Amino acid sequence: MSVAAVSISGLRKSFGKTEVLRGIDLEVAEHEVVCLIGASGSGKSTLLRCLNLLEPFDSGRIVVRGEDLTARGVDVNRVRRRIGIVFQSYNLFPHMSVLRNVTLGPMKALGRSRGQAEAEATELLARFGLADRRGDYPDRLSGGQQQRVAIVRALAMKPELMLLDEVTSALDPELVAEVLNVIREVAAGGMTMLIATHEMSFARDIANRVCFLDGGVILEQGPPAQIFTKPGEERTRQFLDRIIAAGRL
Amino acid sequence: MRTAFFNWDAYRSSFPEISRAFLLNVKIFLIAEAFILVFALLLAVLRGLPGPVFFPVRLLAIAYADFFRGVPTILVIALLGFGAPALALDGIPTSTTFWGIVSLVLIYTAYVSEVYRAGIESVHPSQEAAARSLGLTRTQALGSVVLPQAVRRVIPPLLNDFIGLQKDTALVGILGSVEAFKQSQIEVSADFNFTHYLVAATLFVAITIPLARFTDWLVARDRRRRQAGRLV
Repeated sequence: MSVAAVSISGLRKSFGKTEVLRGIDLEVAEHEVVCLIGASGSGKSTLLRCLNLLEPFDSGRIVVRGEDLTARGVDVNRVRRRIGIVFQSYNLFPHMSVLRNVTLGPMKALGRSRGQAEAEATELLARFGLADRRGDYPDRLSGGQQQRVAIVRALAMKPELMLLDEVTSALDPELVAEVLNVIREVAAGGMTMLIATHEMSFARDIANRVCFLDGGVILEQGPPAQIFTKPGEERTRQFLDRIIAAGRL
Repeated sequence: MRTAFFNWDAYRSSFPEISRAFLLNVKIFLIAEAFILVFALLLAVLRGLPGPVFFPVRLLAIAYADFFRGVPTILVIALLGFGAPALALDGIPTSTTFWGIVSLVLIYTAYVSEVYRAGIESVHPSQEAAARSLGLTRTQALGSVVLPQAVRRVIPPLLNDFIGLQKDTALVGILGSVEAFKQSQIEVSADFNFTHYLVAATLFVAITIPLARFTDWLVARDRRRRQAGRLV
């Protein structure tokens, strides 16, 4: 097997006395889409934030394409340029137009000229049906459009890996589909992705592999067909039963 | 009382001189404000520097703000305005107006930095996280994402401090700089008619009231926007 896109070993993280991640081991191959499922508080979001070095962690190693992010003297800004993240609450910059939101990273962090950054941003926005929104400010957009812009903003950095942190959880139900479709398209383009999600049918549909997080560890993982139809662990079954009862599967 | 306070003839007679002197108040205000806006922002940013490395810097910034907010303005003006020229050192300006401006800058920088700080703290941490997640450095995130939003939010309270500064320019008069208050004092001592003070008062109010209304208007507009569910 070639070098993994991401290799995580023994990742631990505590908030005060609460240990949120208790030793996560996970390898993600190039072009693989891995969905993280699990109850709120199981550590999905924290794991993604640690990967992007937004959250300091206590111990463990993270290696991206052979480069150890946890080594001493690693330039965190350079690491973050290679790893895109999209947040649950979009976090667009409200004082900038859609176009400026998308070009800020390439211009400031990658040193692209305005002309080049704008040309690339315009092309990306057009690809995701947002061409006519480039001059608007985020408060003029629907939640779904804002989240699509946030995805485009991350893609504009041409990341090697994308982390999606429950990107549809804050959306009205009727806006979820447009965002999921964008993610499907990104996955179809071969992007390696780690997706924390509560959308089980989406996970079943898009993931090459599903990981069930429980109590800060990956309790069970496997192809979606296996996890969703005949989970091996009692805890996984209970979780899925609750999801089904809530009508989310 | 009518002749001593509301004497129309006295008002008319001193108005030209006092308004000419008032130009000095406006000048002091404008020069001081330009420095205050820059220094205060710098102080607010220094105070927000993270990590143990910057602990001494933060401590100094806090000490500065505490000290200059605690000392009466007139005391600082007297101390520097009378004290600094009295040293008679080469290269130290002897202009009382200069030292008056320096004092106002020292005091108001402390106040205005608190306003900026409130603005910076009002920007949700997720905004900085989003900027950093794109690979922007801390400085870039501050400059492109945090500060532009922070400054926008504190414009009304900033204008409030402008009004205070405009009034306090009169304190420089105690040093002998002939600004509107000093000029009216001169006029009063000549004929013991207090109407001349009223002239200075109207001039101040002519500037501060429009500023206050403008501030109110900005605050109201801000509130309307928030109620409409829009971010500022």
